[in-house]
Amino acid sequence: MSDMAAQSSAPAELPRAKTDWLPLLLVPALGLLALPFVGSPSTWVTLTVAGLAMGMMIFLMASGLTLVFGLMDIINFGHGVFISLGAYATLLVLGPLGSWALSDSIGLNLALLGLCILVAMAVTALAGAVFERVIVRPVYGSHLKQILVTMGGLIVTEQLIHAIWGASPIPIPLPQSLRGAFVLGDIVMERYRVIAVVIGLVVFLGMQLILNRTRIGLLIRAGVENPEMVEALGYRIRRLFVSVFIAGSALAGLGGVMWAFYRQTLTAGMGMEVMVLVFIVIIIGGLGSVGGCFVGSILVALVANYVGFIEPKLALISNILVMALVLVWRPQGLFPVARR
Amino acid sequence: MSTSPALPLAFDETRRRGGILTGLLSSDLPRSRALSFILFAIFVLLAATPFLFSGSQPVGTAAKICVFIVLVASYDLLLGYSGIVSFAHTMFYGIGGYGIAIALERISPTWSSVAIGLIAALALSAVLAIAIGLLSLRVRAIFFSMITLAVATAAAVLASQLSEITGGEDGLSFQLPPALRPAFRLFSEPVFGTMINGRLLAYYLVFIVSVIVFLVLLRIVNSPFGRVLQAIRENEFRAEALGYRVVAYRTAASVISALAATIAGALMALWLRYNGPDTTLSFSIMIDILLMVVIGGMGTMYGAVIGAAVFVLAQSYLQVLMGAGSAALAGIPLLPNLIHPDRWLLWLGALFIISVYAFPGGIVGRLRQANPKG
Repeated sequence: MSDMAAQSSAPAELPRAKTDWLPLLLVPALGLLALPFVGSPSTWVTLTVAGLAMGMMIFLMASGLTLVFGLMDIINFGHGVFISLGAYATLLVLGPLGSWALSDSIGLNLALLGLCILVAMAVTALAGAVFERVIVRPVYGSHLKQILVTMGGLIVTEQLIHAIWGASPIPIPLPQSLRGAFVLGDIVMERYRVIAVVIGLVVFLGMQLILNRTRIGLLIRAGVENPEMVEALGYRIRRLFVSVFIAGSALAGLGGVMWAFYRQTLTAGMGMEVMVLVFIVIIIGGLGSVGGCFVGSILVALVANYVGFIEPKLALISNILVMALVLVWRPQGLFPVARR
Repeated sequence: MSTSPALPLAFDETRRRGGILTGLLSSDLPRSRALSFILFAIFVLLAATPFLFSGSQPVGTAAKICVFIVLVASYDLLLGYSGIVSFAHTMFYGIGGYGIAIALERISPTWSSVAIGLIAALALSAVLAIAIGLLSLRVRAIFFSMITLAVATAAAVLASQLSEITGGEDGLSFQLPPALRPAFRLFSEPVFGTMINGRLLAYYLVFIVSVIVFLVLLRIVNSPFGRVLQAIRENEFRAEALGYRVVAYRTAASVISALAATIAGALMALWLRYNGPDTTLSFSIMIDILLMVVIGGMGTMYGAVIGAAVFVLAQSYLQVLMGAGSAALAGIPLLPNLIHPDRWLLWLGALFIISVYAFPGGIVGRLRQANPKG
């Protein structure tokens, strides 16, 4: 971090973290490596786009968790329930506006998706605020208790979802114009996946901009490096903590909506199911690193897709293998966060 | 490790003074009159269930309690004594179950295949536990939780996908060795009005093995090894500075706990004559184990006994109570849903959160505080 001090001599620009390029090369290297095994280039493109979309959805769900961990040293095993909650929140929109999903107008369809995302993010942000206050705050500083208590929060919230919306799975319709696929020659790309890639990229770029180019982002990164010092300089780190927790929950809600429309069924356990992937991704990326989480998500999803195509039986444990290999290479994950 | 520090005086004194019972309990007495009474009552009830109650449900509940006591006690070795959270405990439980199920179904329903299945399962569990421990405990304990969760999920998926070996989602049903079958009679006459049949022998097999494994675990946590684990839990750096190799101790703890869980899984499979993903591998069992450990009391083996007994009884009988309550509140919005019999986990979850905050010692800690031995 010595070069950060050197860069800050330029007065107008806020200092940026140095980029570690090596792990970034993994993704294109993996893609090229898979090409000869897959065979036909068009299949390869289809697989890659599908994998990217999956990776973006995982990233949306994982980014909040890794940020919360990086900043507050809090591991939230109940994060998955925000995913479920975000998914169920779509019912609040689909209830009154369900007809929008059936219309052919792409405008109405996208508006519906946008509304679902807004409502879900609002609901999960609120839930995140309550969760932080009631469940997490009393156990700052003790990982063991955090894991236990957030698991408890997960159980209770899942049961509350059951109590409110019922225990049986609920089907939800994907808006009409988002179904089907774009076909370019031999290449088939599902429309919804393309939209997932776009939304994921927008969120990632937005996060990078906020983290690297704004004052609040600077404070967050400083808080990750050394919270005591940030506090000593007169900033209210607690307030920053809470807002990051709320933002992280809202991101999980956004991921939940995308995941819900992808699966087209709602179950209270859906968040916990995907949490396994989320944990693998944030371990691969390095706990606390948003960029690592992004690379990790894409890596895991691409490997799962390629391996699933080449050798389906192996796909079941491909995630674990990727994680084991990465940890052997870099025990702290691809982008280790300095303090830990 | 060559020079282990002297144990506290009190520890040595109680050991010297002890009788047979103290020896069996490894000098780790309940230390509360109420707790001693409850533990004694649980022991007697479990030992006499087949003679006290008629019908198969009470015996089934008792066998489940026995198996869960072993499972939860072995989990407490990790969580309560070593301070690490594993989510792969059901994987080892499942390995035990599948070891027995596959051996008995594929080879023959005899005692030798029980032995083969159990030994193979124990070996697999040990290898997996060492691999996971060395891969993840090296860095930070928190990695261990996440990695075990990932590995356990992969194991569950594998078990349901590799249907040629494991029977897939349907699981495996199998025949027990002749002496454990319901048709087997030990004596031609009933004893105390109960026929000594194979089912009853199977129950006592489960009961006796559970008692033995529990006592062995109690011995382990009260040995110098167990003390080191607790030292690591309290202050990792200090323990390391004293010369204890933290990773080795933690890995050893996770191996011992995995082996005990494997035995529990084997017992469960023997009792049910069936093993499938839902009975041993599912994530909800993992959550049940967590609830039992924390509500019973982390860091005491007796917590496992109380937690397992309370939880299994609640699972079987609390729902009846809640059904009555729910019916009484019919008509009020949402409230009947909250105490619907299927929502019993909601209330145990709330109790779990309150336990972690308010009484970290769980029920056992509470009893010891309220009623110290006097």
